[in-house]
Amino acid sequence: MSNSTTIAVAMSGGVDSSTVAAMLAHETDTSGAQLNTVVGLTLQLWDQTRLAGKHGIPEAPKAGRCCSLDDVYDARRVAEHIGIPYYVVNQEDRFEKDVVRPFVDEYLAGRTPIPCSLCNNHLKFDQLLQTARSIGASRIATGHYAVNEFDAERGRWILKRPADLAKDQTYFLFGLTQDQLSRTLFPLGHLTKPEVREVARRSGLALAEKPDSQEICFISGGDYKQFIAAYLEEQGEQAPESAGELVASNGEVLGRHEGIANFTVGQRKGLGVSSPSPLYVLNIDPASHRVTVGADAELAMRTLRARDLNWISIPELTASMRVRAKIRHRHEPAWATLEPAEMPGEVIATFDEPQRAVTPGQSAVFYDGDEVVGGGWIV
Amino acid sequence: MRVYMDSNATTPLLPEVVQAMCPYWTEHFGNASSIHLHGQQAHAAVDRARETMARFFNCHAAEVVFNSGGTEGDNTAIFGLLHPGDHFITTSIEHSAILEAAKRLVHRGVETTFVAPQPSGLIDPTDILRAIRPETRLISVMLANNETGVRQPVEEIGKIAADTGIFFHIDAVQGAGKVEFDVRRFGCHLLSISAHKMHGPKGIGAMFVRRGTPVEPLLVGGSHERKQRAGTENVPGIVGLAKAAELAMHSLEDGTIDRLAGLRTRLETELLKLPGTGLNGAGAKGEYIPRVANTTNIWFDQLEGEALVIALDLKGVSVSGGSACHSGATEPSHVLMAMGVDKNRARASLRFSLLKTATDADIDYVLQVVPEAVEHLRALSPVAAGTLG
Repeated sequence: MSNSTTIAVAMSGGVDSSTVAAMLAHETDTSGAQLNTVVGLTLQLWDQTRLAGKHGIPEAPKAGRCCSLDDVYDARRVAEHIGIPYYVVNQEDRFEKDVVRPFVDEYLAGRTPIPCSLCNNHLKFDQLLQTARSIGASRIATGHYAVNEFDAERGRWILKRPADLAKDQTYFLFGLTQDQLSRTLFPLGHLTKPEVREVARRSGLALAEKPDSQEICFISGGDYKQFIAAYLEEQGEQAPESAGELVASNGEVLGRHEGIANFTVGQRKGLGVSSPSPLYVLNIDPASHRVTVGADAELAMRTLRARDLNWISIPELTASMRVRAKIRHRHEPAWATLEPAEMPGEVIATFDEPQRAVTPGQSAVFYDGDEVVGGGWIV
Repeated sequence: MRVYMDSNATTPLLPEVVQAMCPYWTEHFGNASSIHLHGQQAHAAVDRARETMARFFNCHAAEVVFNSGGTEGDNTAIFGLLHPGDHFITTSIEHSAILEAAKRLVHRGVETTFVAPQPSGLIDPTDILRAIRPETRLISVMLANNETGVRQPVEEIGKIAADTGIFFHIDAVQGAGKVEFDVRRFGCHLLSISAHKMHGPKGIGAMFVRRGTPVEPLLVGGSHERKQRAGTENVPGIVGLAKAAELAMHSLEDGTIDRLAGLRTRLETELLKLPGTGLNGAGAKGEYIPRVANTTNIWFDQLEGEALVIALDLKGVSVSGGSACHSGATEPSHVLMAMGVDKNRARASLRFSLLKTATDADIDYVLQVVPEAVEHLRALSPVAAGTLG
């Protein structure tokens, strides 16, 4: 026992992380001795009942929500089934400070945030590693679909796209530091989702057929506008006045809108103006509150600027580099040339083909083949 | 090695208790309200248990009501006595079975005053006296605090209640089996206990209801327990509770409590020698105040209590960061906060509550494991902050 490695598995109560726990707990050496000491941890991040019933948010959260009691129950049952200790660690305060509050503020500022990346950077990897170490676990394992490997030649930890490209989660993991990558295991990186479900079935996990979760975990019902309204009310805050003009790309004023937080770049529905051809949000100006709309073709942008970069396969971007850039979760990475921008700490990516809806607040992640070069936040 | 030091959360059944309960699951399974032989057997067992509990409380058998445990007793006192327009006095360090019930009373037009403790964790009876209004109908104070073990001056509060003609309930869940009971000396009208905190089974408890106290039942239905608590009697549970009470009375006289206090003092003294630690539930100059013999609550600076609890569990020591009824909560202990303990210290406080069966070897093991874990956690805090580099 004393020679075995202690690994903390981040368990959400879903199939993926449950399977990881089962896989690691069942790993044996050649003599058949258990290889790892596995401890299950669930981060309790958000109280799903907190805003329930307010501003149209459903009274009872759906099953399969992160941090719902049902999911904690599922995770606990899995831990019991595979015979590992299991703990729920409360990180609600930190989640609110580092994920929820920035999420709300980004929308209020006219941007479109990605809470999952913030959560990975601040909670899943930073806080979880800290908790893991404090209980004597040198490594953590998660159910993310990604591959990380040490490349001795470059002396760097490399993050790569997984075997199952449909489940690729590297887009949300671009913020991982070298230290975090060196301490993290992604045991599902070489498996496809159907294979994972098969492992779950073979391990006798009752939740092998549990559906995947899709929406943002803390937004029950999936409507972020309801969430922002209910959250601000709970905090006793007024949404800042951000009503303004709705204008065409030629500057013609088409009407007025009630607030910039209701818009995201590329949005078509709910603009409140009629037009013979479909109109899309092209730009949101947080200073003047002006929302510019135009035709689909006008959404295409040739360049993007990104800040707060984290580099993975390279120490720093010093010269221009050919990459494929991914600008939102469901975006097919597009060829671009990446260069340091004039502003220190920022980069500019110039696409070979203009890309639709480059959205401030989302992240841009740069790939070299299967490898994640690095990424940052779109300005 | 596995050491259990969380007996304020619950305790194991003593073998004698299991043995006493055994016949009542299968052989003497009757309903105590039935006329036939089976019913009579069950009824006799409940009667005997009631007499034992009367000795335990120092009251008449007719003043003992069996129920499901501490939460039910606490709720019954509050919902059974208070009516719209009444005023209720309790303390801010009570169990949530009292605090949440009091919150619910707001809708019924009952106002509650929550008396804060001294920094030592002790309730000052004059603070209770000051809170009394003409419409005050009930005072409820715990006998011993579940987190700090501080023993409250219920006798003095009982005198205040008697002088002012106010009903007095004692939540005695954490005192049962640890301090001597005498409801006449306590001066209370109602007192609640739970079996599982004193080596009895879970889901069974009892309440002392002084004759003539107009407490309305929480559950209505059959005429069980002299119409004070409807529902078929939990006969095995009642038998188990009485056996546990009998053994508890014995342990108060045979030197067990002194031995336990000795073990607790050794544990506490050694842990407090670690740098950056302190005792929750002590006087301003660190002097001891009355506490139950098995409990000590210690803060450890520069670490997270939650991580320490997990680390100790993985090393074979079961302790708690506070009340088990609150685990998983974000907020630090309401008891420690009410005592004015710094928020970070409240979050980094551990409760060690010893079983009566605790041994020197248990203390030795805990004294070996805790300092290591504390040192490890403290060494990590600055490192972890630097991982974003």
